[in-house]
Amino acid sequence: MNEIAISVKNLSKHFGPVRAVDGISFEIKKAELFGFLGPNGAGKTTTINILCTLLIPTCGEAMVNGFNVVTNPTEVRKSIGIIFQDPSLDERLTAYENLNFHGMIYHLPSKIRKTRIEEVLNMVGLHPKKDYIVRTFSGGMKRRLEIARGLMHSPKILFLDEPTIGLDPQTRQYIWDYILNLAQRERITVFLTTHYMDEAEICHRVGIIDHGKIVDLDTPGVLKNKYNVASLNEVFLQVTGRDIREEGSDEKERLGQFLRARKKLR
Amino acid sequence: MDFDAIWMIWLRDLIRHFRDKIRLLGSITRPVLWLLIMGTGLRAAFNVHGISYTHFIFPGIIAMNLIFAAMISTISIIWDREFGFLREILVAPIPRSSIVLGKALSGSTVAFIEGLFVLAFAPFIKINIPLANLFLFLPLMFLIAFVCTSLGIVIAARMTSFEGFGVISNFVIMPMFFLSGAMFPIDNLPHWINFIIRLNPLTYGVDLLRWNTLGIKTFALYIDFLFLIIFSFIMLGIGVLEFNKRS
Repeated sequence: MNEIAISVKNLSKHFGPVRAVDGISFEIKKAELFGFLGPNGAGKTTTINILCTLLIPTCGEAMVNGFNVVTNPTEVRKSIGIIFQDPSLDERLTAYENLNFHGMIYHLPSKIRKTRIEEVLNMVGLHPKKDYIVRTFSGGMKRRLEIARGLMHSPKILFLDEPTIGLDPQTRQYIWDYILNLAQRERITVFLTTHYMDEAEICHRVGIIDHGKIVDLDTPGVLKNKYNVASLNEVFLQVTGRDIREEGSDEKERLGQFLRARKKLR
Repeated sequence: MDFDAIWMIWLRDLIRHFRDKIRLLGSITRPVLWLLIMGTGLRAAFNVHGISYTHFIFPGIIAMNLIFAAMISTISIIWDREFGFLREILVAPIPRSSIVLGKALSGSTVAFIEGLFVLAFAPFIKINIPLANLFLFLPLMFLIAFVCTSLGIVIAARMTSFEGFGVISNFVIMPMFFLSGAMFPIDNLPHWINFIIRLNPLTYGVDLLRWNTLGIKTFALYIDFLFLIIFSFIMLGIGVLEFNKRS
């Protein structure tokens, strides 16, 4: 029972002169809950984007569920579910439509689709709002819907890129209970990035990445012993230092600037 | 081919389209303005092939609504990229060709419906299209819409911003419309214009529509069809390549 869910060897991704990911290697076992930690701009999201077939690595190899992300993307896509860091809902559709369309492109038969939609809507407490247009939702509600969507098709490997950002403690707790329960029951592998160290504490193992390189990787217990501190938070600060990091402005920010500039012109 | 995916993309775009009431307004006012103002204003000056100018441009105005609606529909690709939904589609286990085909079909359907708005004006300007002709006319409209959407997809797939798309589409839509024979007959024109007109797929679309409604035609039927079909195949092919690209 020691199957490998994700295996990464010497993976690098360069954007021009920037080495976003710089020769990382690790293996994640099936049904493992793996935390991927690092300061802003350390290379977490780039790694996830490579693993979920959106980006091609500059060099190195990545296998997800036994399939190569470069040469066999379709099989990789069938195996994974992902909750992106940035919103990826269709805000002009209702919550129900968002989930229903998701079920369609993951080829869930319509009966199963209906029961799964009910299930995940109840899980995130959005059932009464299912026929509302997503644009009218608060940030937290959108986040919950996004999580519901990612879990809907019961993937074998689940990527969670800062999934609980902007959620209140109650919802966070509830969603984590659900994810952990689901992961255990269906032996799902979870690849998680987060800035919340309490979420990292529940991981089986955590990897800490900085400047595109993995600086340490082990169970939370071993790491705390190694650095002789009481919490993962202190481990994190010791390993990555105390400087505040800059993140390059991304697409969304630029769009925001553009829209604001246009408003001024009018 | 992944029919679930094609169906999903088609349905989603149509739902979105019909929730946007303002866009519908634009697609009705545009042809009214052209038909009434251009048609009435220039009727006194032109008499083409013994046909009134309003009648002559009628198929052209339908083609105009088709190309406008088709190109504008492909903005949804840029929209989806900016607002993240495209990633949801791209990580799903569906072939890129089905994504492109779904987009092409949804854009054509929307454009087809906007073409119907113009067609509804036929009785008001006293054009009689026999019912039998209408059976061919509707598929012809869809074919033209499909060709224009596939071109729009190629442009939108390469664009990263809304402004860019606006500029490019103005450089494409307006010349394509004016150099298609929609507004004036293309038989006695200088060589260089004639050359551009013959490269323009809309020329062959307008030719088909005018042949069907008024019985006037410039090219052989098979040339019209061949050009339109080959053109859309090439565009869809490029579109699939663009969607397959990963950086």
